[in-house]
Amino acid sequence: MLYRETGQFKTAYAQDMAIFPIRQDRIGLGILLGIAFIGVPLLATFHIWPFGRDYLLWAILLPFLVLALAAIGTNILVGYCGQISLGSGAFMAIGAYSAYKLGTGVHIPLAWLGFAISIPPLPVLASILLGGLAAAGCGILFGIPSLRIKGLYLAVATLAAQFFFDWVFLRVPWFTNYAPSGSVNAPELNFFGAVVQTPVERYLLCLTFVTVIAFLAKNLVRGNLGRQWMAIRDMDIAAELIGIRPLYAKLTAFAVSSFIIGVAGALWAFVYLGSWEPLAFSIDRSLQLLFMVIIGGLGSIMGSFVGAAFILIVPIMLNLIPTELGVPLSTETITHLEFIIFGSLICYLLIKEPHGFARLISICKEKLRLWPFPY
Amino acid sequence: MRAPDTNEILLQIDGVALSFGGVRALRDVSFNIRKGEIRAIIGPNGAGKTSMLNVINGFYHPDHGAITFKGRTRTKMQPFEAARGGIARTFQNVALFKGMSALDNIMAGRTLKVRRGLLWQILRYGPALAEEVEHRHRVEEIIDFLEIEAIRKVPVARLPYGLQKRVELGRALAMEPDLLLLDEPMAGMNLEEKEDMSRFIIDVNNHYGTTIALIEHDMAVVMDLSHRVAVLDHGVKIADGTPDEVKKNQAVLDAYLGVAH
Repeated sequence: MLYRETGQFKTAYAQDMAIFPIRQDRIGLGILLGIAFIGVPLLATFHIWPFGRDYLLWAILLPFLVLALAAIGTNILVGYCGQISLGSGAFMAIGAYSAYKLGTGVHIPLAWLGFAISIPPLPVLASILLGGLAAAGCGILFGIPSLRIKGLYLAVATLAAQFFFDWVFLRVPWFTNYAPSGSVNAPELNFFGAVVQTPVERYLLCLTFVTVIAFLAKNLVRGNLGRQWMAIRDMDIAAELIGIRPLYAKLTAFAVSSFIIGVAGALWAFVYLGSWEPLAFSIDRSLQLLFMVIIGGLGSIMGSFVGAAFILIVPIMLNLIPTELGVPLSTETITHLEFIIFGSLICYLLIKEPHGFARLISICKEKLRLWPFPY
Repeated sequence: MRAPDTNEILLQIDGVALSFGGVRALRDVSFNIRKGEIRAIIGPNGAGKTSMLNVINGFYHPDHGAITFKGRTRTKMQPFEAARGGIARTFQNVALFKGMSALDNIMAGRTLKVRRGLLWQILRYGPALAEEVEHRHRVEEIIDFLEIEAIRKVPVARLPYGLQKRVELGRALAMEPDLLLLDEPMAGMNLEEKEDMSRFIIDVNNHYGTTIALIEHDMAVVMDLSHRVAVLDHGVKIADGTPDEVKKNQAVLDAYLGVAH
């Protein structure tokens, strides 16, 4: 009854093409953003339940936001443009290490030319965004094979990117500023004089990034470029015949996707981890992101958030429930149980709803709009 | 039907030959399409009709021969270049973008007319939004014209076949083409749907002045709709002329009905 469009007349195409054409959706989003931007920080600052300790903020909300951002990036490539990628982890790493190098100052000695390239340390915001751009550049490079190969073969090609960059960041000491342990520390998070330190500040920083990028990404996918990507995904031959250049469509998808993933990687390293090793961006991360978009919903920005939440929260729940029920399990049993339950849950979901949670939600919305008269 | 007054030639095919290994799909085919006419290409199965369309819009590159479109001769061309030149087409088996709504499918047809680039589209503000609305206006005109207002937000995969064909025609029209290639626009339709589609084809030709080349198996439709008919058989053009001429042609009768041995 509440979710009804009755009486909401649109008199201009711009209204019909708005990001949320239904009023209830706009109100819902407003409330959600209000809670996220004002409610959560307030509760967390005064340590009111459920933010008694920083656990919820640190261990759940912060990684959720950053991984949701990375999932949006992955979704643009895999879900919207239909190019399967197993290299998301690598692009996160590129974003993180490029931002690190730019944030700590780049020095390239070109001894044989008799001079060196030196860039002084850049401000954090600039280095994060430039880290994203560096990832976009590498994304374009590794997207070139997509012009020739499709599907699983492309997945293998992007897997090559994953292993190549894993190797580069592990073996080339220049990227880690010659740190003997291979582990590096993020520079101070100084945004125009305001230093981000506490969990609440970190949370707000990530939230801002995620909100802005999610809105811009949504703009992109519902505009002409988004339609070009989806056309390439659904039927590349017909797409070419209406004048879409596969080269341009695919490479822009790689670039935009890698940029977002790169920014997410930089945030993951700088804001969440603080200090990290190449292991933080291994193939596991790529697979995790791929699962997020498949479960959340291919070709849906909102699905990226739902998928990220599902992948992050279910293991934690599986950990907490036995403890709450008073069934003491050994850590090993828990880990194994987690794998079993998690795996079967994913299989079940994909059989029941192959288009992910996003489709499930949109079906619910469609039904709600007609409820209680489903015709 | 009355042929258009102009004799200006839009597309000239000269001695086109195409083979796949040992199969000679087209052998030395020549014909032309005049501006503003409805030109039918007919022939028995495997005659090379679809191959001919594929050659025209750059899908296949002919082994020999030349194609002159709007006064420019070329042999090798990519499909998106043909699209840019003003050639649109629909497919024998519907080739819509299944995951998108009917509206988005037709909007995708406007791609070549979009002027604002990536950064503007990210912002979707001011001129970029105005442009998007402008395209929406044009697309809504086509939606009105094809009488598919009710299904504009429905994902095309959920639509019945007849409507899918209509959306596909809409997508081609959104390109505002000079030459529209229709590959069996009425395949698998019932009589009513065929009548609707025929009406749309005639209207497109009349209202927008679009030149149309169509492949069709329904002879009644072909003879009623087209101004001129070219007949292919085993990759060879065996007849060319007005529907009446073609109907009386002995070679055509032989190709369709067979020859007594």
